[in-house]
Amino acid sequence: MNPPAAAAPQAARPQPLWKRILDSRFIPPIFITLILLVGNFSFGILESYTRTLLAIATSIAGELILGRIFLKKWPHPASAYITGISVGILLRSPAYWTYALCAALSISSKYALRFRNRHIWNPSNFGICAMLVLASDSVAGLSIQWGNNFASLIAIWILGSVIVWRARRFNITATYVASFIAFSFLRSWITGDPWQSEISPITGPMYQLFIFFMITDPKTTVRSRTGQCIVAFAIALLEFFMRLGSSVYAPLYALFWVGPAALFIEIWLDSRRSRAVSATLPGPQPA
Amino acid sequence: MKRIPIARLVLTVVFIGMLATPWMIRHLSHAQARPLSPQVDCQAAEARYGFCFQEVARQAGINFVHEAPVLDHQLDRIMPEVASMGASVSIVDFDRDGWPDIYVTNSRTGSMNHLYRNNHDGTFTDVALQMGVADVNQPGTGVSMGAVWGDYDNDGYEDLFLIKWGRPELFHSDHGQGFTRVTDEAGLPPWINANTAVWFDYDGDGLLDLFVAGYYPENVDLWHLKNTRMMPESFEYAKNGGRKYLFHNLGNGHFEEVSSKVGISSRRWALASAAVDLRGTGYPDLFVANDYGVSELYLNHHGHFHEAGQETGVGFAPKSGMNAAFGDIFNQGSYSIYVSNISEEGILLQGNNLWVPQDGANLHYTNLARDLGVELGGWSFGAQFGDLNNDGNLDLFLENGYISLSRTRSYWYDFSKVAGGNSSIISDASHWPAFDGRSLSGYQQKKVWMNDGAGKFEEVAQAVGVTDTSDGRAIALADLWNTGVLDAVVANQSGPLLIYKNLVVPGNDWIEFDLEGTKSNRSAIGAQVTLFWNGQKQIQYVSGGNGFASENDRRLHFGLGRNPQLEKAVIHWPSGTVQTLVHLAPNQFVHVKEPA
Repeated sequence: MNPPAAAAPQAARPQPLWKRILDSRFIPPIFITLILLVGNFSFGILESYTRTLLAIATSIAGELILGRIFLKKWPHPASAYITGISVGILLRSPAYWTYALCAALSISSKYALRFRNRHIWNPSNFGICAMLVLASDSVAGLSIQWGNNFASLIAIWILGSVIVWRARRFNITATYVASFIAFSFLRSWITGDPWQSEISPITGPMYQLFIFFMITDPKTTVRSRTGQCIVAFAIALLEFFMRLGSSVYAPLYALFWVGPAALFIEIWLDSRRSRAVSATLPGPQPA
Repeated sequence: MKRIPIARLVLTVVFIGMLATPWMIRHLSHAQARPLSPQVDCQAAEARYGFCFQEVARQAGINFVHEAPVLDHQLDRIMPEVASMGASVSIVDFDRDGWPDIYVTNSRTGSMNHLYRNNHDGTFTDVALQMGVADVNQPGTGVSMGAVWGDYDNDGYEDLFLIKWGRPELFHSDHGQGFTRVTDEAGLPPWINANTAVWFDYDGDGLLDLFVAGYYPENVDLWHLKNTRMMPESFEYAKNGGRKYLFHNLGNGHFEEVSSKVGISSRRWALASAAVDLRGTGYPDLFVANDYGVSELYLNHHGHFHEAGQETGVGFAPKSGMNAAFGDIFNQGSYSIYVSNISEEGILLQGNNLWVPQDGANLHYTNLARDLGVELGGWSFGAQFGDLNNDGNLDLFLENGYISLSRTRSYWYDFSKVAGGNSSIISDASHWPAFDGRSLSGYQQKKVWMNDGAGKFEEVAQAVGVTDTSDGRAIALADLWNTGVLDAVVANQSGPLLIYKNLVVPGNDWIEFDLEGTKSNRSAIGAQVTLFWNGQKQIQYVSGGNGFASENDRRLHFGLGRNPQLEKAVIHWPSGTVQTLVHLAPNQFVHVKEPA
């Protein structure tokens, strides 16, 4: 997961410190940290603090080292922090090494798996999916709820919505949620299972992190708002089929496949467009 | 120009290496594990581990198959899940002939419970009907979930408390010749949906009291549901279960319910409980393992309880507690606590807990299950500590397997779908997808973990002959044939009762203590024996119910290893009396009566 980028300031005029902080990339990390702390103090959601800290430390260290080597600068740690904290929340494992490995895989995927100088997988999505497939005997995904009442659910949804709204990515979340609900009823009709059981997953914490932090990641989503909505719908569609096949981690796997595919298409269209533009440009004039 | 390509090459190699790491770790751990023979070779097992189990239930004349409850038809779609408990086993010498007998519960309405009297020749005879403790699952009274035995009136014979989803029952032993139902005189409530109870003398007055912990709320009649909103409100934070009861023994056949008066108040979904003096205060503390939530530890302050789960470390991370067993696994004179939970590869890895007490002034526990190798046991239920090869270290026998139906189709996807949802969804049975003959963590291999005495447990179940894959629930350990070894009796849900006869190679010595209270309760429940030998010590206690839906042999069995030099045994009686025994010889049963 990467933080949804906050809207750029419109004016060049200096702003007060509190506003600079609120407008900065710190908002998503602060929000996800709040979720983590409230969830853990209220419900003990973490496997342990040490495992989560290990994931965060590995993630930030990996980002700093790889950023320094490949980008020749010290990267901002906010993105790596969110990746680490997401691994700490979403991964469930009694072992320590799984957290370190998942965080390391997530961050290094940003530098190892690039196409036309863009990383194409959401880092934590890649890391967690890789662990769920390759280390299924040692890890599981987050499959429990936080608390048992609507109050905490509503609070997280409101806060999350505000954040993605400010980041101008609410269209992604809204499209995905609407599609998921529609597909839930369709699945219920096909399988004969109660519709409540089909809706149930989206009321859990894995989806709260998924829809507010993972599918809205600006680095791994397409640029156009229409394109973003189409991708969100495509993720829900693939998830629909995966759920019919009883895939427990269907949303994560759906994003794993649809996200990069959408970026490939966007990059391909961009290159076609730029080739077409170059072809129409006049050649150099003779002196 | 050169730096980036080389760095990228290195990154690519490292990245591929990281992707391959889980495979390498799996490969290495499998390579380190000793290969298992597909056939059980008892000679090889005895040579390697010093013991082997033979399943002998049929030869012993026991042909019992548990029948699961059939509840209200509104629950039909998830009946295998809601009717997944009820198989239990408790060991009792009800006729005081010096040989352990076996009591097992049945759970279909109209089915019979069984009391197997030990014939002293390797066989058992069911005498439940003639003793009056068989026909206890009659329509309208609920069905059996477990049984705990304790001599509540100190007449020398063990009485029976029957744990039920329904009307709890107390049977008084008529000097081992039969049982009389005394539920009404005792003042027990009309209905409790309980899965665990434990006899213990919480106030040290010499009379056994009774703790009973509800699972479903007591106002739910599972055969006549008012509605289907009777499921837990959360998979890990549920507090809408049954209430807890502490019945104070008044000494005249009556019991007074005092739970709120003494500080026990909880509506968590309790599945297992056990009581022992964890702090040397002379008062037994109470541990409760809860399904759908954290465990609770009630510290006993002179008969008043203080719930200290969080401050002692055992009650923070919520899991699916299904077992409570105490064992001195390091031979240090202190108890670790084993709590079983759920582990299913790739879906849910709660891991079982082994709470080990830390040094220090305040009682605090650390979970060392992973470090010691007893963490992953599938969908775990009952577990018991016992020295299975008489080497002087307590081993661990774990039962597991939830619902074994289809071998090819699993309910896990549907389970995880609902279990992660909001309370309004999970708490209503009508929202759950139909089970449709699927399995949920079924056909699992049991775990027998051998304690090497150096901080590691090795899993040897298949090698030593524990090869069944039934849906294990309760396990009780007992020296069934008075041979100085611990045999295992296993109760399976909707499956056969299994008796694993333990064949221990000669060489390792043992000693067993049979305690009888005088000032303390006559069952000696709560008494603790610390045995000192070869420069080490091990503590054990007499239990009034532990594990999951089970109760071990009253006699305390100590393995001693080879050529033991027995120093002394120190007995702490519940009355406060401390007795020291010296000049003990190995390989004998020691009957000890509390000094007057």
